Amino acid sequence: MLNYSLKRLASAIPTLLLLITVAFFLIRIAPGGPFDAEKALPEDIKANLEAKYQLDQPLIIQYVRYLWQIVQLDLGPSFHYRDWTVNELIAQGAPVSFTLGALALVLAFTLGTALGAWAALKQNSVADYSTMSVAMIGISIPNFVVAPLLVLVFAVTLGWLPAGGWSYSFSHLLLPTIALALPMVAYIARITRGSMIEVLHSGFIRTARAKGLPEREVIVQHALKPALLPVISYMGPAAAGILTGSVVIERIFTIPGIGSHFVQGALNRDYTLVMGVVIFYGVLIIVMNFLVDLLYAWLDPRIRYD
Amino acid sequence: MSLRPKLNAVWLTGLCLILTACRSGEPDTSVPSEIQLARPVDVILTDQGRPAPSILAEQQVLHRGNSEEPQTLDPHLASGVPTANILRDLFEGLTTTRPDGEIVPGAAGRWNVSRDGITYTFYLRPEGRWSNGEPLTAGDFVFSFRRAVSPATAAAYGRMLVPILNAPAILSGQLPPDQLGVEALNELTVQITLSDPTPYFLGLLTHATTYPVYRPAIEAHGDSHVRPGNLVSNGAYRLRDWLPRSQIVLERNPHFHSDDQTIINEVFYYPIEDENTEFQRFRSNGLHWTHEVPSNQFRWLESNLSDALLISPWFGTYFFSFNLTRAPFIDNLELRQALNLAVDRSILTEKVSQFGEIPTFTLIPPGTPDYPSPIPEAADWTQAERQQRALELYQAAGYSLEQPLEVELRYNTSENHRKLAVSVAAMWKQVLGVRTRLVNEEFRVFLQNRALRRNTEVFRAGWIGDYQDPFTFLELFHSEHGRNDAGYNNPRYDRILNQISTERIPARRRNLMVEAERMLLADQVVLPIYVYVTKRLIDPTLKGWQPNIMDFHPSRYLFFVRTQSDTSSPVPGADSDQPGADSAGAEIGQETVNPS
Repeated sequence: MLNYSLKRLASAIPTLLLLITVAFFLIRIAPGGPFDAEKALPEDIKANLEAKYQLDQPLIIQYVRYLWQIVQLDLGPSFHYRDWTVNELIAQGAPVSFTLGALALVLAFTLGTALGAWAALKQNSVADYSTMSVAMIGISIPNFVVAPLLVLVFAVTLGWLPAGGWSYSFSHLLLPTIALALPMVAYIARITRGSMIEVLHSGFIRTARAKGLPEREVIVQHALKPALLPVISYMGPAAAGILTGSVVIERIFTIPGIGSHFVQGALNRDYTLVMGVVIFYGVLIIVMNFLVDLLYAWLDPRIRYD
Repeated sequence: MSLRPKLNAVWLTGLCLILTACRSGEPDTSVPSEIQLARPVDVILTDQGRPAPSILAEQQVLHRGNSEEPQTLDPHLASGVPTANILRDLFEGLTTTRPDGEIVPGAAGRWNVSRDGITYTFYLRPEGRWSNGEPLTAGDFVFSFRRAVSPATAAAYGRMLVPILNAPAILSGQLPPDQLGVEALNELTVQITLSDPTPYFLGLLTHATTYPVYRPAIEAHGDSHVRPGNLVSNGAYRLRDWLPRSQIVLERNPHFHSDDQTIINEVFYYPIEDENTEFQRFRSNGLHWTHEVPSNQFRWLESNLSDALLISPWFGTYFFSFNLTRAPFIDNLELRQALNLAVDRSILTEKVSQFGEIPTFTLIPPGTPDYPSPIPEAADWTQAERQQRALELYQAAGYSLEQPLEVELRYNTSENHRKLAVSVAAMWKQVLGVRTRLVNEEFRVFLQNRALRRNTEVFRAGWIGDYQDPFTFLELFHSEHGRNDAGYNNPRYDRILNQISTERIPARRRNLMVEAERMLLADQVVLPIYVYVTKRLIDPTLKGWQPNIMDFHPSRYLFFVRTQSDTSSPVPGADSDQPGADSAGAEIGQETVNPS
């Protein structure tokens, strides 16, 4: 296992390097630069700024210099938010995005599996069909539609919750967490239902029932664990989905997470900020996939990586 | 069975979503007007013109929507309207503005201007202090002006200071910053020498680039001198907290010279980029002041939130511009004029932009103080007459229904720009038969293409004046200006601009500006559409603001009044909120000497 883990981690380095390289050159290809604005800077002042941020040097030199910075864990100064470094901006945004993402994942996982399992147990009943229909709607309605609707109902019309803004409080977290989790709840519910039905029809469940085990034990002890395997393997992509979903949600609820930096950074041609967020996301997704693989092995004793 | 409560919750949410989804599919007007805004009591002023303590609300905390995260809070590096709003609360230049926009003494209590309009002597208020209690001195201003023009600072608006003696040479690195025409005659007297008389110079001094910065903080903290805890400022407020992309919190500055007149105790600025999000936050009572309103909701806002909706003219113009360096517009005056006349501005403002924008045929907003706009003759014609003339000119330019012009209209991503571009293209098609290709580009791509002048034909533009003088618009079309994306190159025009810069007699200068604009319009460089308006929602209990064309609304003049339903007794006068009991108005109408 240790051997496998080390190998996996080592293979992450070329992946990251490729990611950094592609992103670095792609963003430079985009027309316009960080210091362009409707009220144009005079050429001499722009030249001063470009010299200050070493944008006047050949691209390849900038690239090598940037890689050397990364090795030192320095993501450089933000070109747009000039009072902050990218490290600071990410350090401020990451806990916010993490809190929101983790809550959404937990909500999606618990609610999704519970709903899916329940629907599977009541297979082909009204409860099953209605749950799955709602789940289908949940999957089809994008979260940039769900989020404003939640705001309209719970903040504007009912006045129960704030329409946006940020603090580590229940009232500020509730709506964005729901908006972020909802499509995933639906997705997980459908996956769980499918695999649960399959498991419930398998031989070892019949054996368990024939042994006279109480139904509750059959479901919780024997059926649920194998039924969750496909859900676990979905958690890797789900985490990525949370990240991209949070870009939209953070904007709608004006939450100062990483996601909004990504979009705004690209629009502002804030090269260093975009690179910083790309690297951050890249590392995160690699780590998430790695964890999911480990979890998978733990859940299914047949899987061994050595 | 423990699933059941969760299930119910899901069902409820799902049901709500479906119900609201159905409802929001209907036209906007059918949304019930459930909006109950607080009804304020009438404003009562004391003899000094200050709000009477009895009408003031207990809570004086202001929440302002402010569009986007400031790039920086360093006044010399800052640019953009949202940043300027915050800096106006944090800092004060030598002059400042009243709620109605008029220029009044700021950090300087009074000033003299020499007879030739070249030398300005500012006398600082002896009670002037930084937010840490240290005295604000003439030396601070000298340091700050030098910093703002130093090439090492790379100030975004360094060129604003060009009227000051030697500023251009310092900006381009030919002279050291200490050669700037700003000096301290003594602790409290600043003398500024200009290279040419600049009638709008006092207005310039309200701009962030002229704000004083605190030298010890810059020397101690370098680039992070603007962080909370480090930033020392001289305005009515000081920085308490800054969470990027979330909020900036200001608290009143007890050392401010007129702190006894400040009523709002705390100001929260929220960078909310999405205007719909901002709108919802206003509706759910999270904001008192919005930066914008959703662009397609005018009718709804007017019928449901008219008490809160403020629309007022702004010192800016929305226009289209022709690329004069390429076919088909190079040397084709008739064609440009035809396209200009074929556009029905009143339809664009009434049916498309809808927020009371003012249709215009000139570049500089008509109604600019002390400036008689050279309104073209065609402005007085009916639209039918304009269209008739447009068709004649179109044909004279060699086009016809059989041989129509094919042209590209370029704009940057925005719902409003798109709608206007589509409408203009439709008007050209209808009147002249022009075939227009609409090209939508992301903002920075658009800016770059405009500046390159290689592939643009007609493009969207707009300009909000930096200072209250027509020159801020005219200088854009100087052949060497960095934003002259039309490529207008008229030596006569350049010559008039140079004359304007050096003209000492206000009336002659004004005539030159009128002549320059007339030339620009006659050459059909731009296709003006409308004068911008500012449009925002303001909580009805927030008072003290007045519409002004620069859209300056410092928080220090604002205050909340009680609501009519608020039956509680008047605010106890014990706390520092109490206004009125002071020598109010002292800062207005101080001794000032105007040139000639």
